[in-house]
Amino acid sequence: MTMTDTLVPFGEAMTRYEPVIGLETHVELGTTTKMFCGCTTVFEADPNTQVCPVCLGLPGSLPVVNRMAIEYTIRIGLALNCTIATWCRFARKNYFYPDMPKNFQISQYDEPLCTNGWLDVPVGEATVRVGIERVHLEEDTGKSRHVGGATGRIHGAEYSLVDYNRAGIPLVEVVTKPIAGTGADAPAVARTYVTELRDLLRSLHVSDVRMEEGSLRCDVNVSLAPRGSSRWGKRTETKNVNSLRSVQRAVEFEIERQAAVLDAGGRVTQETRHFHEDTGTTTAGRSKEEAQDYRYFPEPDLVPVAPPRDWVEQIRAALPEAPSARRARLRAEWDLSEADMTALTNAGALDLVAETVAAGASPADARKWWLGELARRANETGAELTALTITPAQVARVAAVVAAGTLNDKLARQVIDAVLAGEGSPDEVIEARGLAVVSDEGALTAAVDEAIAANPDVAARIRDGRVAAAGVLVGAVMKATSGQADAARVRALILQRLS
Amino acid sequence: MPAELTRMTAAELSAALATGEVSATEVTQAHLDRIAAVDDRVHAFLHVAADQALEQAATIDTEHRRGTRRSPLAGVPVAVKDVFTTIGLPTTCGSRILEGWHPPYDATITTRLKQAGAIVIGKTNMDEFAMGSSTENSAFGPSHNPWDLDKVPGGSSGGSAAAVAAYEAPLAIGTDTGGSIRQPASVCGIVGTKPTYGGSSRYGVVAFASSLDTPGPFGRTVLDAALLHEAMSGYDPCDSTSIDAPVPPVVAAAREADVSGMRIGVVTELSGEGYQSGVLSRFAEAVELLESLGAKVTEVSCPHFKYALPAYYLIAPSECSSNLARFDAMRYGLRVGDNGDRDAEEVMALTREQGFGAEVKRRIILGTYALSSGYYDAYYGKAQQVRTLIIRDFDAAFGQVDVLVSPSTPTTAFALGERADDPMAMYLADLCTIPSDLAGNAALSVPCGLAPENGLPVGLQVMAPALADDRLYRVAAAAEAAFTGRWGHPLLAEAKGLLS
Repeated sequence: MTMTDTLVPFGEAMTRYEPVIGLETHVELGTTTKMFCGCTTVFEADPNTQVCPVCLGLPGSLPVVNRMAIEYTIRIGLALNCTIATWCRFARKNYFYPDMPKNFQISQYDEPLCTNGWLDVPVGEATVRVGIERVHLEEDTGKSRHVGGATGRIHGAEYSLVDYNRAGIPLVEVVTKPIAGTGADAPAVARTYVTELRDLLRSLHVSDVRMEEGSLRCDVNVSLAPRGSSRWGKRTETKNVNSLRSVQRAVEFEIERQAAVLDAGGRVTQETRHFHEDTGTTTAGRSKEEAQDYRYFPEPDLVPVAPPRDWVEQIRAALPEAPSARRARLRAEWDLSEADMTALTNAGALDLVAETVAAGASPADARKWWLGELARRANETGAELTALTITPAQVARVAAVVAAGTLNDKLARQVIDAVLAGEGSPDEVIEARGLAVVSDEGALTAAVDEAIAANPDVAARIRDGRVAAAGVLVGAVMKATSGQADAARVRALILQRLS
Repeated sequence: MPAELTRMTAAELSAALATGEVSATEVTQAHLDRIAAVDDRVHAFLHVAADQALEQAATIDTEHRRGTRRSPLAGVPVAVKDVFTTIGLPTTCGSRILEGWHPPYDATITTRLKQAGAIVIGKTNMDEFAMGSSTENSAFGPSHNPWDLDKVPGGSSGGSAAAVAAYEAPLAIGTDTGGSIRQPASVCGIVGTKPTYGGSSRYGVVAFASSLDTPGPFGRTVLDAALLHEAMSGYDPCDSTSIDAPVPPVVAAAREADVSGMRIGVVTELSGEGYQSGVLSRFAEAVELLESLGAKVTEVSCPHFKYALPAYYLIAPSECSSNLARFDAMRYGLRVGDNGDRDAEEVMALTREQGFGAEVKRRIILGTYALSSGYYDAYYGKAQQVRTLIIRDFDAAFGQVDVLVSPSTPTTAFALGERADDPMAMYLADLCTIPSDLAGNAALSVPCGLAPENGLPVGLQVMAPALADDRLYRVAAAAEAAFTGRWGHPLLAEAKGLLS
């Protein structure tokens, strides 16, 4: 935040202004080779080891379009309900920057591959339909590292190093239409849209969509209009917002900042802004007046792309079920409330529960284990649920053993602990530790009689009808059997003896 | 023996190599000797690849002794314009900004030549980044026309044309963007072809204007040009604009040399004011000659050709302004002013200021302006519309005739320095050649005599539809045979001084 930024509290801003937001999301495609050459795209390889004359932009080199990147982009376009162009061209976006090998980026300008679609975004109990303006394909740039200097930016650095491994990796840009009328939900809509888009892309197997590795990056557009006005205000574009939480915070901050500017009678400058993760604030970058003229023109080194219709239809037919449709279907199948389903999704447990159910567990058991014990264990270590070293099939096995009465919940937790500790599969742990509930009626009855004899006062109270006191005797029996008894069965036996 | 070897055509050398009468090493050494003897005056070469060439020649000789022969060009030297990347040899494009750059990869055509066994004898001089019509824009000094050392050899592939005309190499390759093969071929009295766009690969050809650049062959005879044309052409998956179709049968067409029954159109718009009288008279004779050989000659109007030059000078600079952006001192080539105090942008600017010559800067500025927002539609957009009209002119003309003919250039070779300070006069040298570049068609220049007023060679341009390159050779070979019969010797035999 610069010293001059004053803010209006979000709630107050919402009483006077209506936000309009827009999102531009860059997604690195997960193709095995780059957009215009055969170089590999392994993340974090040694600098400048995945380069060739083409992606280094050496004199004389020429690009050739990666067919898989076109297919992935069409897949994304179709999943976002877009129209797929019958004919389109790449364009050159010209500007100088040391990490751009050719000093132009091959992108798409006025002829994107996919246009005019939508994505439904659940916000609370409602659904917001976010319009998709376009989905286009371009090449990524290299990565600069500025060494020395205070800011880590190019200005003030002692020297800079450039890694061209990323140069030429296919990048898809998904641009929304302006999203208006969401009011105070705007920050949540922005965040949920990106979440939905991320899940959709993941389900399409076109990208690993890791925001922390930069394979999904967002630019956030925000403008404010006075409530009741139909004219939108000047917008700012906040660049490279790189986490879901930051997307929400960037929208919130811009609303609060722009509201203060407008309250003071000022005008919002149309400009590019930078988001700062540490403070949750934005600062000014380039303004529109100093914006570059990119001198777009059709890329003469490439022929137009004209995807045959039957190919597009093949891709459409092979699309996986959309995450939102899948969620709706599973919610119905599992008989869950919307809130339960949201909790499951937010915990990142949806796929795990689905796989556990597929392995034979009941939806209720699968949910219980993943959101209960396993969520607690993941939380303790700060890991994602998916990072736990237990498989859905193993969880299903534990649930099955409990359902069969062989284990009680307490023993089951011991089994899970052991599996997480790497002691083997649930069956191996049960076998090795000799875990199984005591189901021998004779042994149990003897233990019950022993407990009754040792606690005559309690037994008398139960005989008088105060059955809640049975818990004391159950505890005694469980202790005597080292916990390897079915507590419900013990309780039933006690009540039977004392009736 | 060596002196005679350099006077032989590529086809003759090929035959002699096939029988073992001469070795590739002898042929290569003879041409290296010739270069050593005359190139200080011609300055056709920027780099002579003596060691590499002799090594290649020795390999070919070994193969020939074992009875394997790669192709008809195995053992035949070829001079390569310094715009093609070559492993082990510098590639400067005639520019300071690439001085000292050794490309880590071979152009597709370089690879094809090597695979065919042709001997890459050196890299030839050119106007900087192929921008010019005289080689005077080379950062390393101009080449000289072997017919008259005070005259330009044409450009931008002037070094390649001069090398072939001065018997320093039997064959050479160049690139044609607005006439850069046909115009130097014409003023040096040799044969040069601009193949169909997409017929020869651009991969490894340092780009000037991507939608126009077309590599092609030079030879002293039509058959020689055809042999090289066939060897260097064909589909290349590394060039998206390459055409996936068989190479037209150019060698067969050059051998048939038959125009009887062919319909030949004389382009009305490519004559008249601004054309040298000796050029027009020799061209008229050539047309009469073709008619006498059985061709049906008519006049054809291409009304939009007069807009070709202005359209070209918007499209080519626009593309070049973007193509040449990569020369920024960051990764290769010249770096100026990197003293530790200046930031990257300043070093880029200083390098480009000092590394590029005046004509290159002129075109970068022109193209940057033409693509700017607010001007795009009026300039680049309009020029592309003109391009479409020119393509339609060709389509209409080729509906009536099989080939079109015109003079290759409005004038014979002009004097060094004569047009150096007058860009417009220089641009006019490509008046006749530009339409085929804009349309992406095939075209060729073949000698058709000497202008009576100055005794310098005149070229006949033949233009054919895309992928009908063979028609060029059919017509040119017929004309060449008839002319040679009439003159009693090849045209080059008339050259005085250096060449006698």
